[in-house]
Amino acid sequence: MTGTFGRYGGQYVPEALMPALTELKGAYEQYVLENADGFMDEFHERMRSFGGRPTPLQRADALSDRYDTDVYLKREDLVHGGAHKLTNALGQVLLAKYMGKERIIAETGAGQHGTATAMAAAHLDMPCEIYMGRTDTNRQRPNVFRMRLNDATVTPVDVGRGTLKEAISEAMRDWAQSVETTHYVIGSVVGPHPFPKLVREFQSVISEESRRQIRDRTGSLPTSVVACAGGGSNAMGSFTTFLNDDVALHAVEAGGESLTVDADAGVAPNSATLQTGSEGVLHGARTRVLQDEHGQIMASHSVSAGLDYAGVGPELAHLVDAGRVSAHTVDDETALAGVHRLSQTEGIIPALETAHAVGWLEEATESQLGEQIVLTVSGRGDKDLETVLEESTRRNIPETPDMDVFDPPANGGTDA
Amino acid sequence: MEEPMHNSAITAAFDTGPAFVPYLTAGDPTFEASLEYVQALERGGASVIELGLPFSEPIAEGKTIQNAISRSLEGGMTPVRFFKFLEQLDVTVPLVCMTYYNLIYQYGTHDGPRPFVERAATAGLDGIIVPDLPAEEAGPLHSACQSHGLDLITIVAPTTTTDRLERLVSLCSGYLYVQARLGVTGARSDVSEQTAASLDRLTDIELPVAVGFGISSGEHARTVIESGADGVIVGSALVEIIGEGHRAGDSPDMVAQRLEAKSREITTAITKLQQQP
Repeated sequence: MTGTFGRYGGQYVPEALMPALTELKGAYEQYVLENADGFMDEFHERMRSFGGRPTPLQRADALSDRYDTDVYLKREDLVHGGAHKLTNALGQVLLAKYMGKERIIAETGAGQHGTATAMAAAHLDMPCEIYMGRTDTNRQRPNVFRMRLNDATVTPVDVGRGTLKEAISEAMRDWAQSVETTHYVIGSVVGPHPFPKLVREFQSVISEESRRQIRDRTGSLPTSVVACAGGGSNAMGSFTTFLNDDVALHAVEAGGESLTVDADAGVAPNSATLQTGSEGVLHGARTRVLQDEHGQIMASHSVSAGLDYAGVGPELAHLVDAGRVSAHTVDDETALAGVHRLSQTEGIIPALETAHAVGWLEEATESQLGEQIVLTVSGRGDKDLETVLEESTRRNIPETPDMDVFDPPANGGTDA
Repeated sequence: MEEPMHNSAITAAFDTGPAFVPYLTAGDPTFEASLEYVQALERGGASVIELGLPFSEPIAEGKTIQNAISRSLEGGMTPVRFFKFLEQLDVTVPLVCMTYYNLIYQYGTHDGPRPFVERAATAGLDGIIVPDLPAEEAGPLHSACQSHGLDLITIVAPTTTTDRLERLVSLCSGYLYVQARLGVTGARSDVSEQTAASLDRLTDIELPVAVGFGISSGEHARTVIESGADGVIVGSALVEIIGEGHRAGDSPDMVAQRLEAKSREITTAITKLQQQP
């Protein structure tokens, strides 16, 4: 049993890492599934007191009016650190501690998983090193500062396009060297078994809470649940507890600039792995990936760094193939408009990742929306402010606010 | 359990004394120059040659080979061209392809590793090494290799447990690849203590044992053979010669001469040594 989901999953890693995966699988079964030594009790208590769980389920009145349905927001942006990512990071750092590991490494794209891991490591007193693509360190500077403030080492990765996939590869190389003392806190439901199950298990608290909250509040289950999907931890967390219910599940991917592919340049100007990817092996798992005809992994694109990944979690890919989850894409512009709409009408500035789910409401049919919809606000948008303003202005997004409140720049510069 | 194939050309290459097994990334930095470089390795005394088919996400490689892979991909290397490369290569020693599983899996119009292995056999390849394919996932490739007479070479790591070792040996033919140390590929200035420990537990294995990861000089190579290995695998130290030549704008002939000289250094250091029983 190597941890497969239909055709997907498995353990495609160097032999050197296999004993560590076997050890991790044992720890997952013992501590996470069986609550040995009260592990899960400690995890839940720390997520309450340190992490701010449970998060609220809030009715979005303006969106409900706009779409003539009941829209509820699962407020993962209110988790400590500003995104759902802490739940997985804290779970894994705590697990590493129970396993007797001495050091934590992680990769990060948008910087949300990196900041969450750095916070969890500081909280639990573990040394921590974060790998982050150079492109991402530049477009997510505030998150780099936050990780450094939490005393994590941030190591930029210069290979390739310098985004999430290069950061994951580099973290795996570190782990191949340090595996005996180090735990690799993977940031999504991707990678070799048991990571997809382990991360899903921690994040499924999102849907455990929202399912209970919506029933307490309305007495019924929602018609549909909507979540953005990059690697898929937010989507799997938002969906898992609803899998056996009569509830439609919608995963919204980044359509980027276009769904077409430039095979010669090795570039897919999107991150729509579920929609346009094909079966392949990437970062330890067989799943859907963006690749050229030869099997080389393509550079993906999204205005949202957190969705910008050429692979996707194997379980989510399987659920889409099986017809249980519907996959959709929302392009950069619709997502940017979604940021402004949620900010202006609900007073919530969402992360660009979340904004893809918000944008989808605009494009969904009446029957897809249904009578009651739960949308996971995966994170808050503070980290994206510069990108949102620059990209909105460049693209003339009509909802963009006027930013002419600053003094005009002084004549001439002081730079030599 | 099926018997491993001991009649392979690769295994036979270890019969005449300690083996030198160099690695280069095929197509680094160009198709034509790379052909010359591989031929230079044979002139320098290579017993078996490992050729990297470059993949965009080489998670087991250090910086030196990552750079070689980038140069080769920029030079237009693809799996299709790799087989043409093999066919144009004028060498007589056995050839092994080292690549990642996605390229093997995607080749041809059918899913799975068979089309790749079938084409590899007609192109004259003798064996395959896949760093991201542990025993758990190796079944389909192993059976394709057996049907087409190719050796599947498995990698034993310092972290490999005894029960895993048995499974890896049962899948393996050609030679057993012993990873000398944890981490990624890359030249080092010393020989790992892990190497001797790894070799100690392999004394009963019938297959030849070749050690790789970090061997960069004749002196290293001699130490490894004296510790009981049947062969040494040298990659990054050779690839770096190509990298330096490329950066300096040296002619392919000059680079080929340096590769031959480096190969000769290692071959000379190990040739006169008797293999330990």
